[in-house]
Amino acid sequence: MQLALARWEFAVVTVFHFFFVPVTIGLAFLVALMQTLAYTRGDAEWDRLSRFFGRMFLINIAVGVVTGITLEFQFGLNWSAYSIFVGNIFGAPLAIEALLAFFMESTFIGLWIFGRDSLSPRLHLATIWMVSLGTVLSALFILAANSWMQHPVGYKVIGGKAVLTNFWAILGNPVLWGAFSHTVLAAFATAGTLMLGISAWRAHRSAADPGERSAFLRGARFSAAFTCATTVLVAIAGDIQARLMDTYQPMKMAAAEALYHTERGASFSLITIGNLKQRPVFQIRVPHLLSLIANLSWNSTVQGIDNLQASDVAKYGQGSYIPLIPLTYWSFRVMVGAGIAMILLSGWGIWAARRRAGGSLSGTGGKWFTRAAMWGMALPFIANTFGWIFTEVGRQPWVVWGLMLTPKGVSLLTVADVALTLAGFVVVYTVLGVVDSWLMVRAARRPLDSVGAGKVAEGGPVGAEAEVPGLIY
Amino acid sequence: MEPFANLNTTWFALIGLLWAGYLFLEGFDFGVSIVAPLVSRDETDKRLCLNAIGPVWDGNEVWLLTAGGATFAAFPLWYARLFNGFYLALFLILLFLIIRGVSFEFRNKVDDPRWRLTWDWVNFLGSFVPAIVWGVAFTDFVHGVPLSPGGRYSAGLPGLLHPIAIEGGLASLALFSLHGLVFLSLKTSGGLAERARRLATPVGAAALALLGGTVAWVAAAGRPAVPGQLTGALPLALGIAAVAAAAAGTALVSAGRDGWAFGATGLAVLAAVGAVWSRMFPAVFPASNHAANGLTIAAAASDLDPRVTRL
Repeated sequence: MQLALARWEFAVVTVFHFFFVPVTIGLAFLVALMQTLAYTRGDAEWDRLSRFFGRMFLINIAVGVVTGITLEFQFGLNWSAYSIFVGNIFGAPLAIEALLAFFMESTFIGLWIFGRDSLSPRLHLATIWMVSLGTVLSALFILAANSWMQHPVGYKVIGGKAVLTNFWAILGNPVLWGAFSHTVLAAFATAGTLMLGISAWRAHRSAADPGERSAFLRGARFSAAFTCATTVLVAIAGDIQARLMDTYQPMKMAAAEALYHTERGASFSLITIGNLKQRPVFQIRVPHLLSLIANLSWNSTVQGIDNLQASDVAKYGQGSYIPLIPLTYWSFRVMVGAGIAMILLSGWGIWAARRRAGGSLSGTGGKWFTRAAMWGMALPFIANTFGWIFTEVGRQPWVVWGLMLTPKGVSLLTVADVALTLAGFVVVYTVLGVVDSWLMVRAARRPLDSVGAGKVAEGGPVGAEAEVPGLIY
Repeated sequence: MEPFANLNTTWFALIGLLWAGYLFLEGFDFGVSIVAPLVSRDETDKRLCLNAIGPVWDGNEVWLLTAGGATFAAFPLWYARLFNGFYLALFLILLFLIIRGVSFEFRNKVDDPRWRLTWDWVNFLGSFVPAIVWGVAFTDFVHGVPLSPGGRYSAGLPGLLHPIAIEGGLASLALFSLHGLVFLSLKTSGGLAERARRLATPVGAAALALLGGTVAWVAAAGRPAVPGQLTGALPLALGIAAVAAAAAGTALVSAGRDGWAFGATGLAVLAAVGAVWSRMFPAVFPASNHAANGLTIAAAASDLDPRVTRL
């Protein structure tokens, strides 16, 4: 019971945190790109767009930062046995991540907000790029820690603890580079999809204001192309990860496919209705595709769950080494499905907002695309969440693959204590989520800043700027 | 173990420095949030208070994350036992730090008095509660808590709230409030700075009494001796220095020497953490029942690779 609650708590605080992280990483990069376009071309339209999305970036980052604090301490609170086991290895990247996230991000965000008027445009542009670099670097270090849990490298187990023997091996972990490219590109695609939905909606409804309409049409074209490109790259990175998974975590691979028996030239299951194990009512399979994904070879062998379980028992002793198959199987499909939908949506966006069409995003076609783009803003969040559920659930029953089982990592606590903290986090996070979404919607409705607007509009309150100039909070 | 002994002591000292830096810095921004309702007459005053700390609070909080990360890396057993043991206390701190952090960003996003008042309350509580709980936790560190062998604490939140620790919590509340008042006198001007300066005298007097009481009580109560511990004179001297610095800060701010006063109240925070750290040494998690049940630096160390230390 306590273990189940601790796992739920970790799931809740991580998934919630990760609603905000990709938006932060992605919007920092997008805003930096737009501000660069504004600077190099002296273009007022890009400047207005970068301010508009910059404001959304700032609303969003606060929740991302504070929910990140919970995660650093979650390991000690609920997973203290795990912390003792991995501290020597896990602590360093976690501390570096915290340092980078806060020192780089908070310093340069401060400079970016407060320096819009006082810094030279070139230096001001540099600050937002430093923010973006900080977000990407902190992703690298936290993923280094996670990738070590998926595929431990550069360590020795001494006296019941994993001890670091080679720090560079941790940074050179192939699983890390797969996960890093996949995650950061997915973050870019997340922000791109948000920008596409908002731009399409604003372009569609600002027929009366040609200036706004032209700016948001440009935003829609830009974000459609950006989202399409980054989502395709996410898929390519995912494909590389699949081969790494087949090598290092074959059980996760088999679970993703609910492949019980080892097969040569294994087919890829697109969808299954009914029981995954015995006799599905209905399923669609693509012949040979799984072998192709796993090994880049038409007839290669992909190991099945039953065989892997038998060899794991021989290796690690009695017990079940099989993750929760339905959750692993379906979370993988939801992630991939949402990703494909993002490619289709952004492809449609490129076509619908094309310059040649003149009155693009207007008329019936424009209306339908705008609707799709608005609802489509949910897609990256679905893909991100289920992607992490797949990655983490697929690793079970291991908390560190092959080294430590999840139940062995938990703290010694009462059920009531864990239940209380879980309830506390759920209540507070729900309130934060609602308030943040409401503020994001308000920001999305705001008019664009007029050309050449000063800094007060950056983070300041609507309408109250005049009272005390220079007050941001 | 032997070649690592000095390195581990260095890490212990470094983590102490990180905590001292954290409490010095977040101490004044907690303090400003706590006293803001008392010294503000209107919306402009409130915003002046928030703007005094707005650009720095999250930078200040970095020190906490760094201290946490360094503890995890260098002393996994300490990190694990501490967070597992002080579970609900740390949960409270986390929860209040979370709502406090968003209150800065959310407050100004809607121009409505009720909305602002709500987030003002959140900002106050988000500072008030951690300011007390940190003091309780640090007094528990130095006084020791009942531990079973291996450094396990299992008396829950009530076990942390014994009279000395409560006095320590009130002492930190008063000291941070004083630190915040001095910071406001330094950073703002006019009526707001004047009110902060006037309030600093009674708050400073309370801080002196509570801090002095805590130092005396901890020293008098004693704790089972840990082999290799420092002579009691050093932590006591640091504790007295903390009280003296707080007294100097109170006197200096009312004399209008704000910069020096801020240095003095900051020194009081640093000396207090120094007193706690020097009295814990060589334990990281001392026991109040049997010294052998406590965690020592050597037992808790992960013996980090020297290459990581250099990094």
